[in-house]
Amino acid sequence: MASAKEIRGQIKAIQNTAKITKAMELVAASKMKRAQDNVLAARAYSEGIHKVIANLMKAHPEFQHPFLVEREEVKRVGLLIISTDKGLCGGLNANAFRMTLGKKKEIKAELEALSIGRRGAMFMQRIGVHLAGSSENIPDSPDLTDVLGVVELAMKHYLEGHYDEVYLIYSEFVNTMTQTPTYTRLLPCPVPEGAKEGGYWDYIYEPGAKDVLEGVLRRYVESLVYHGVLENKACEQSARMVAMKSATDNAKDIVKELSITYNKARQAAITQELAEICAGAAAAQ
Amino acid sequence: MAMISVLVATAEREVYRGEAEFLSAPGEAGELGIMPRHTPLLTALRPGEMRITKQGGDIDEVFISGGYMEVQPDAITVLADTAERASDIDEAEAVAAQRRAEELLEKQKGDVDVAAAEAELAMLASRLMWLRKKKH
Repeated sequence: MASAKEIRGQIKAIQNTAKITKAMELVAASKMKRAQDNVLAARAYSEGIHKVIANLMKAHPEFQHPFLVEREEVKRVGLLIISTDKGLCGGLNANAFRMTLGKKKEIKAELEALSIGRRGAMFMQRIGVHLAGSSENIPDSPDLTDVLGVVELAMKHYLEGHYDEVYLIYSEFVNTMTQTPTYTRLLPCPVPEGAKEGGYWDYIYEPGAKDVLEGVLRRYVESLVYHGVLENKACEQSARMVAMKSATDNAKDIVKELSITYNKARQAAITQELAEICAGAAAAQ
Repeated sequence: MAMISVLVATAEREVYRGEAEFLSAPGEAGELGIMPRHTPLLTALRPGEMRITKQGGDIDEVFISGGYMEVQPDAITVLADTAERASDIDEAEAVAAQRRAEELLEKQKGDVDVAAAEAELAMLASRLMWLRKKKH
C-alpha cells in the first residue's frame, strides 16, 4: 500500500485539477449564454434574407443564376467543415468528423475540404483530403467578416467550375446536453421554403434584377455559413461546460476514494505503532 | 396616418425595429423616400444615412455601409452590411478609421486592391460627413 504521504500528494494534485475544470466549466457556462444570444440576434437577418429569396423565386421562377442551377455531372465536391479551434469539448468534434467520414464514403466525386476551425483542418489533413482553404482562431463572438474568407473562396471555386457542389458540416445546438452534427448543401443554394402561393406581383429592381439577385444570393450563402459558425460556437461552449462538469465530478469521486485509502493507511500505521509499543512494553516486563 | 414596419438588420444583429410613417434611404440609383403602401421594391443601397420618421415626427437615424432593402406595402426590411445607430457612433473613431483607410490606399497604389480600398474610403468619408452634419 502506498504511504500516507504519497496518497496525500495525489489528493492535492487531483483537487487542483478539479479546481481548474470547475473554473473552465463556469467560464464555458457564461460564454454559452452569450453564444446563444448571438444565434438569436442573427436570426432577424437570416429570416429577412430567406423571405426576400422566397419572394424572388416566386416572382421569377425562370431566373437562372449559377448559384441556383444544378449541374448534371458532379466531378469535384467542396466540403466546408466548421469545427472548434480548441479541444476539451467532449465528443463534439468527433461526432462531426464521424459524420464527415460517412459522407466521404457516400460521395463518389473527388473531395476537397475547406475548414473553419483548427480541429477540422487537422482532421481533414489526417484523412488525406486536400485542404483548399482554412480559417482559424475564430473569436467567441464572431463577426460576419471573420468567416467571409473561406466562403468567398468556396463561391469563387464554385463559379469557376472547380467545384460542382459545396456541402456544409457543422454542429447544431439542440440543447445543453444535445448537439447534432448537421450536413447541408450550400451550393447550388437550397431554395428556402415557405413561399406562399399568392397573387402575382413583382418587385421594382434597382439597379437591375440580375445584379440584385446576385448580391442577395451571395449574402444568403454567407449568412448560411455564418449561422453554422454561430451554432457551432454555442455547441462548443455547452459541450465544454458538460465535459468539464463531468471531469470535476470524476475528480471529486477519485478524491473521495483516495481519502478512504488515506484514512485506512493512517489507521493501519497507528495500529501498527500501538502494537509495537504494546509488544515492547510486554517484552520489558 | 398609416404606418409601415421597419426592420434594419446586419448579419450579426438587429439594429432597428419599429413602426414608421416615412423612411428615406440611399438607394443605388438615388435617394429613396418610402411611405406606407409603397409598391414592392428591391434595391441595392449605397453607404449613407437612413432617416426613419416615427409617429409624431420624431426621426431616428441609422448609418449603413451598403446592403439591400426590400420594400413591401406594409413592411421594409433592410439587410445592411454594417449599420450603426446615431447614438452608437463615435466621431473620433470614425476619423481614425478614415485615416487608416487613406494610409492603406497610399501604400497600395498600383496594387489590384485599390478599388476595394477606395470603396472603403468612400464609405468612411460619407460616414464622417454624416457625423459632422449631426453635430451642427
